[in-house]
Amino acid sequence: MKGGHDLGGQPEMGPINPEPESKEPVFHAEWERRVFGLTLATGMLGKWNIDESRHARERQDPLAYVENSYYENWLEGLEKLLVEKGLVDIEELGQTASTLPQTTESLTVPNPEIAQKILSAGAPSTMGTDSEPLFRSGDSVLVRASEIAGHTRAPRYAQGVIGTVAAQLGCHSFPDSNALGIHEGKFLYRVIFSGVDLWSHSSTQTEVLIDLWEPYLVAAAN
Amino acid sequence: MPHDHHQHDHEHTDPPSDLELRVKALESLLVEKGLVRPETLNSIIETYEHKVGPRNGAHVVAKAWTDPEFKQALMNDATEAVASLGYCGRQGEHLEVVENTNETHNLVVCTLCSCYPWTVLGLPPAWYKSAPYRSRAVSDPRGVLEEFGTELDDKKKIRVWDSTSEMRYLVLPQRPVGTESWSEHDLQQLVSRNSMIGVELARSPEQEDEGGK
Repeated sequence: MKGGHDLGGQPEMGPINPEPESKEPVFHAEWERRVFGLTLATGMLGKWNIDESRHARERQDPLAYVENSYYENWLEGLEKLLVEKGLVDIEELGQTASTLPQTTESLTVPNPEIAQKILSAGAPSTMGTDSEPLFRSGDSVLVRASEIAGHTRAPRYAQGVIGTVAAQLGCHSFPDSNALGIHEGKFLYRVIFSGVDLWSHSSTQTEVLIDLWEPYLVAAAN
Repeated sequence: MPHDHHQHDHEHTDPPSDLELRVKALESLLVEKGLVRPETLNSIIETYEHKVGPRNGAHVVAKAWTDPEFKQALMNDATEAVASLGYCGRQGEHLEVVENTNETHNLVVCTLCSCYPWTVLGLPPAWYKSAPYRSRAVSDPRGVLEEFGTELDDKKKIRVWDSTSEMRYLVLPQRPVGTESWSEHDLQQLVSRNSMIGVELARSPEQEDEGGK
């Protein structure tokens, strides 16, 4: 999907204007704090995974994605998932009282102790596999042009560009499938690109390293 | 343009915005439906607002500067080495430390969303999540560094790490000159969050004096 989220190399986004590190609060408004907490808390219900969550934020008008602040995009994604997963009726959004009966499905809603355990356990993306990796360190690889309409983690600016495999990082959950609720593992590679191969104006002293899954890559002539 | 930077100036005086009302309504709804426990929500927010933050990363860096054995372990398996200091969990499951040297400077970005090593740095600053940073960190890293007031020798190589997978990257900045006799505890004061993302260098003892402790 050519979404507004795929920002690498996009021109004319303006200056960064960073807030001084010592002055910046973790959250800039109460509603940001709540959106963050609600997103993590509902994520623990186990109704969606991290790639479905990312995909829900990305499925927006590209301009809206860029114009929204970060946590507005989180809110967009969260409301979408709650409705799509049947936890909330679209009619109920914006209402403080539920118009529908309680969800009958038995869900485990974590208490603080369980939630803290979930946070400190994390959720590794590595998976077992019987297959052998297609590429090795030093191999030249070309990033395929993405033809799929769904979620992908192959950034546009690298598509069609040749890089070199710097490391094979094991078998990890494949985001393109995971976003559809299909949990399958694919080999992940760290691929190193010379700045001049990515950008006409780049200096030779720049390299970009991108983590790319095997299905994104084809062998290129060395 | 993202307007992260403009909104917060007004939050204390303006009446609740549509956005605030929308979020309040959603929270009430989810609590009423039994999908979220208020005490769990507060516990999660408390953790990331006050407990997990860049002081964790500064501890890791200062220890790596002063303890060669720990540094070796960190470069071999950062997830495990960092866990030995008690920092583990969400958004730090596959951690890797990338070391700045005289030849190479490292810079971390996530162009596709805003992946960030929460276990060692906490939640990302607004600028890290903004379109200007996400677009230009990969295409014009030197220009980005200049915006942060960071000037590197033209001959120095810049490596930009785009966090497209669940691997999370932490920059190990170079230890500032003139800190040979400093303790691990004092060195931590020189390790800014920005130096561990790679947009700045670790503070020098002179800068630290000027800034006051």
